[in-house]
Amino acid sequence: MSGPNTDYDPVEVTPLKPEEVESARDAALAAIAAATDLAELKQVRIDHTGDRSPLALANREIGALPPQARKEAGQRIGQARGAVAKALGERQAVLEVEHEERMLVEETVDVTLPTDRVPAGARHPLTTGAELIADIFVAMGWEVAEGPVIEAEWLNFDALNLGPDHPARTMQDTFWTDPQDNGVVLRTHTSPVQARTMLTRTPPIYVVCPGRVFRTDEYDATHSPMFHQVEGLAIDEGITMAHLKGTLDHFATSMFGEGITTRFRPSFFPFTEPSAEVDLLCFVCRGAGELDGARCRTCRGEGWIEWGGCGVVNPRVLTACGVDAERYTGFAFGMGIDRTLMFRHGVEDLRGFFEGDVRFTTAFGSEL
Amino acid sequence: MKTPVSWIREYVDLPADLTTEALAAELTDLGLKLEAIEKPGDQITGPLVVGRVLTMEPEPQKNGKTINWCTVDVADANGTGEPQGIVCGAHNFAPGDLVVVVLPGGVLPGNFAISARKTYGHVSAGMICSAAELGLGEDALSSGGGIIVLPEDAGKPGESAFGVLGLDEEVIEFEINPDRAYALSLRGVAREAALAYDASYTDPTQRDVPPADDQGYPVVVDDPAGCPVFVARTVSGFDPAAPTPDWMVRRIQLAGMRPISLAVDVTNYVMLETGRPIHGYDADKLQGPIRVRRAREGERLTTLDGTDRALSTEDLVVTDDSGIIGLGGVMGGEATEMSETTTRVLVEAAHWDAVAMFRTGKRHKISSEAGKRNERGVDPTICEAAADRVVELLTTYGGGTAEPGVTVVGTPPERRTITIEADLPARVTGMEIDPATTIRHLRAVGCDVAEDGTKLTATVPPWRPDLVDPFDLVEEVARVVGYRNVPSVLPTPGAGRGLTREQRLRRRVGRTLAGAGCVEVVSFPFVGEAAFDQLGLPADDPLRHTVRLANPLSNEEPAYATTLLPGLLKAAARNVGRGASGVALFETGTVAFPTDRGAAPIYGVDRRPTEEELAALLDALPAQPLHLAVVLAGERERAGWWGEGREAGWADAVGVVRRLATELGVTVTVEADARLPWHPGRCARVLVDGTEIGRAGELHPKVCASFGLPKRSAAVELDLVALLRYAVDVVPAPEFSTYPVAKEDVALVVDDSVRAAAVEAALREGAGELLESIRLFDVYTGEQVGEGRTSLAFALRFRAPDRTLTEDETAAAREAAVARAAELTGAQQRS
Repeated sequence: MSGPNTDYDPVEVTPLKPEEVESARDAALAAIAAATDLAELKQVRIDHTGDRSPLALANREIGALPPQARKEAGQRIGQARGAVAKALGERQAVLEVEHEERMLVEETVDVTLPTDRVPAGARHPLTTGAELIADIFVAMGWEVAEGPVIEAEWLNFDALNLGPDHPARTMQDTFWTDPQDNGVVLRTHTSPVQARTMLTRTPPIYVVCPGRVFRTDEYDATHSPMFHQVEGLAIDEGITMAHLKGTLDHFATSMFGEGITTRFRPSFFPFTEPSAEVDLLCFVCRGAGELDGARCRTCRGEGWIEWGGCGVVNPRVLTACGVDAERYTGFAFGMGIDRTLMFRHGVEDLRGFFEGDVRFTTAFGSEL
Repeated sequence: MKTPVSWIREYVDLPADLTTEALAAELTDLGLKLEAIEKPGDQITGPLVVGRVLTMEPEPQKNGKTINWCTVDVADANGTGEPQGIVCGAHNFAPGDLVVVVLPGGVLPGNFAISARKTYGHVSAGMICSAAELGLGEDALSSGGGIIVLPEDAGKPGESAFGVLGLDEEVIEFEINPDRAYALSLRGVAREAALAYDASYTDPTQRDVPPADDQGYPVVVDDPAGCPVFVARTVSGFDPAAPTPDWMVRRIQLAGMRPISLAVDVTNYVMLETGRPIHGYDADKLQGPIRVRRAREGERLTTLDGTDRALSTEDLVVTDDSGIIGLGGVMGGEATEMSETTTRVLVEAAHWDAVAMFRTGKRHKISSEAGKRNERGVDPTICEAAADRVVELLTTYGGGTAEPGVTVVGTPPERRTITIEADLPARVTGMEIDPATTIRHLRAVGCDVAEDGTKLTATVPPWRPDLVDPFDLVEEVARVVGYRNVPSVLPTPGAGRGLTREQRLRRRVGRTLAGAGCVEVVSFPFVGEAAFDQLGLPADDPLRHTVRLANPLSNEEPAYATTLLPGLLKAAARNVGRGASGVALFETGTVAFPTDRGAAPIYGVDRRPTEEELAALLDALPAQPLHLAVVLAGERERAGWWGEGREAGWADAVGVVRRLATELGVTVTVEADARLPWHPGRCARVLVDGTEIGRAGELHPKVCASFGLPKRSAAVELDLVALLRYAVDVVPAPEFSTYPVAKEDVALVVDDSVRAAAVEAALREGAGELLESIRLFDVYTGEQVGEGRTSLAFALRFRAPDRTLTEDETAAAREAAVARAAELTGAQQRS
């Protein structure tokens, strides 16, 4: 770049002639308008605003003009360059939008393609079912107690008022560990957890005890040598059968829906007195026994479903477990988790729970 | 207990329009649980009438059979009064016999519609019925399996046969709980029906009985505790061929028992009626006085079921001069059994100790109707009445005479008394029950009640040996008031502490594994040697030392599992067998290891065991840790439009463990191990804080083969409780820098024997505090690094908490890391 050229007649400098500037500006604007994509526009930018473009060259000549001519020339060039820059910017924005739209169209995929690269896992309904039940009771302020499945005979039977000659002891077909006089059994119910809880805690006690139990039943669609129970135990001052009814009604409603309650029938369990069988109002036909004119399949037309056993804790059990039977009363209940899930979900064959076929389990997902 | 409703009504004045369903429901509410209602005639509709056979022409057929072309008088039942022409294939009847005829329009069981049809050249308009065709069972009445021939007094031709056949009977079957043995009799069921409807009741055991004397058959009871009452009566001149009256046959059948002979039927009938089991002896086969005692060491008896039994010194036996003739209260002996020649019957009605009955029945595995009642407890005061009733029926229908002597040895025990506070039923049940109601209901169930201030003393009836404790009376009052009246009140426990930490963590473990694509299974914990062999375990492997079952369901699986793997691998193989191309399963469950510390004691129940006693009890139990096992078999990632699938392998197994550890905030380390059932070169021992908690890796090829699993199936088994013990409790908030990261990659060449974890640990140690993370991103073996050498490439990230690191600082840290790795593992930087 040279210094000021004082000999130069500024008026005679061709690039700075107004018509030249306008022509260069118009050429640039035309080229910008004609650019159809970002690549073309880039070339237009280089051609019309680059160092060697007419307007850039003209701009460079301004400094050579006499001071009195610079202002006018500067304004003229500036306006022209400004118009070009503005047009470039606008065109750039338009082309970018067009470009993006085109890209998005080109990138379209078939979203209906499968995506199951790693198959889904699932938790077992017996696990999530036990959790569902536990959560209902935890929400009432109860706690969840547990105990071992291989249990002392004394805890499984004697402490629960099932003495060696109690007829009920033969009702429960027990797996005995070898040798049979070992005093150790596979627990036949979750009730020994009651005994353990009373032996190790002081009232008030409010616990549920879900767990596995064992009976020497042959394996078929409705029997299994291993199944699952949930036991409930409440020991407090002033506990009555009414509290038992209230608790089971709440349990039923929480698990089966509004309006689904329970009824009691007199029964016999050595560890409770009075004892009752608890029936659940059929949550499908709501007690009607029929549905759309046909016999309700869930309750077999009974309107009620046998759910479990319950009663007031026999004071003999309290005494054996160190609870002051003069001061405290309690209630207990127990039901099969497997059976409950069978009628809640329409499982026809109990063996579905234990075969481990992933098609059965994954249907239940990870929560019930 | 099957109870014909008409038989109940014989003792209770029930409303005439009461339905069987309503009665059953009321009794269920009182504690006799409805099992089923049977209506034998329910399957039969239309004209079923009595007919008299007028003519009977045998007509041989081409097919070799002979049919009878009969005319039968059914009076006006057919609308014409003309004899009905019927073809019949049976021959066990004759002209003049009364038979049962179903006329066209009738329907028999099995939806068998009867119409007039042409057969064997006649129009047969109806059918002469056999017991089987009516759904009555082969030996119904005296039919002998063929056409039913009715007794002469059964009815007139044309009358409905429903009543004659007992088809209008309805039977309620109850499930009787062990505490309600009195309801194993019509006497007891009828009493409950009377209670339900506040109806008048006639006790069938209320009868005048001849007084005891010393003229009866001589009986000595050496063990009055075992046999408090023994009543003996004798009937002589009995006709052993006399038939059992049809009404009795029908009732015995409706009650679910088999008619046998008059003498046996009468004893069963009286047992059903009164609840008191009766034994009849052929008196002519008895030698000398009857004696009741406990059996002696080495004595044996052949019971009337033909079984020769070795007796225990606890068994109560009935003897005569010839030796033992019966297992008292449980089963008689063969030698003195009544037979088709018995003409003199000795009737025994004895009360036996229930516990002794229970033990003898259990010991000899005898389950009989008599034993079922005797072991639950029978009214001890009705022996004389029951014996007298037997004598009455035997003489009425068997033509004999009662011998004058009446033997009664012993007296029934005193009736028990129970004292309660009058408000106890209200306090226990939460129902509003005033003392007057309590007294009224206790009396209604048979108690005598005396009031003394706020206390009530109930003298319980002799048929209720189950009423022992105050709360037993509460149940009696409550069931009469009605369980349906128990209000529904939620208790108000104090604030609970929610789930325990371990319970919460176990849920988290399950969710984590499900999230990793594993499906939970629940399998039986029973194993046998075969499973251990399949796992390839050596003979002395500690897992073979099991808790054994005394009475396993299968002798092939007699032990409680010490590992979850057999059940889990079988489940995996089942899925593969059913067409799954890959399966990932997990299971949590307890396993058991014997502690071999002897038998668990059995304590009394009149007090809490002491802490020492309790500790001794728990100490005798096997160790039962909670395990977690995972199996990954076959396809782990599916092939698809995204590319190839991927088979599961050792890394998936170790990966599951690491993922679990991350979720629980536990730092696990793994080191090489070699133990079956894992592949010796692909087995990782999992440690936390230096403690082994399990193993993970690829299964041994032989194990895969033996379980039928895909090659390279992988498995994990961990002691879950041990793992959870290390789970982070309160997570400390992480601190991290927001200054720029400096990334450095290093490739180190080591001997093949050097473990990646050791190199990583050395790098970490050498890099110092500026190291933020380190990750192995490539492993290379091949010509470029030389035989027996491996190149491990690590990405290191450096960052300072308070400044941007300079290039010099980063380079220095990196060099220090490499230097330490070289020092500890011989690693050389790859050029």
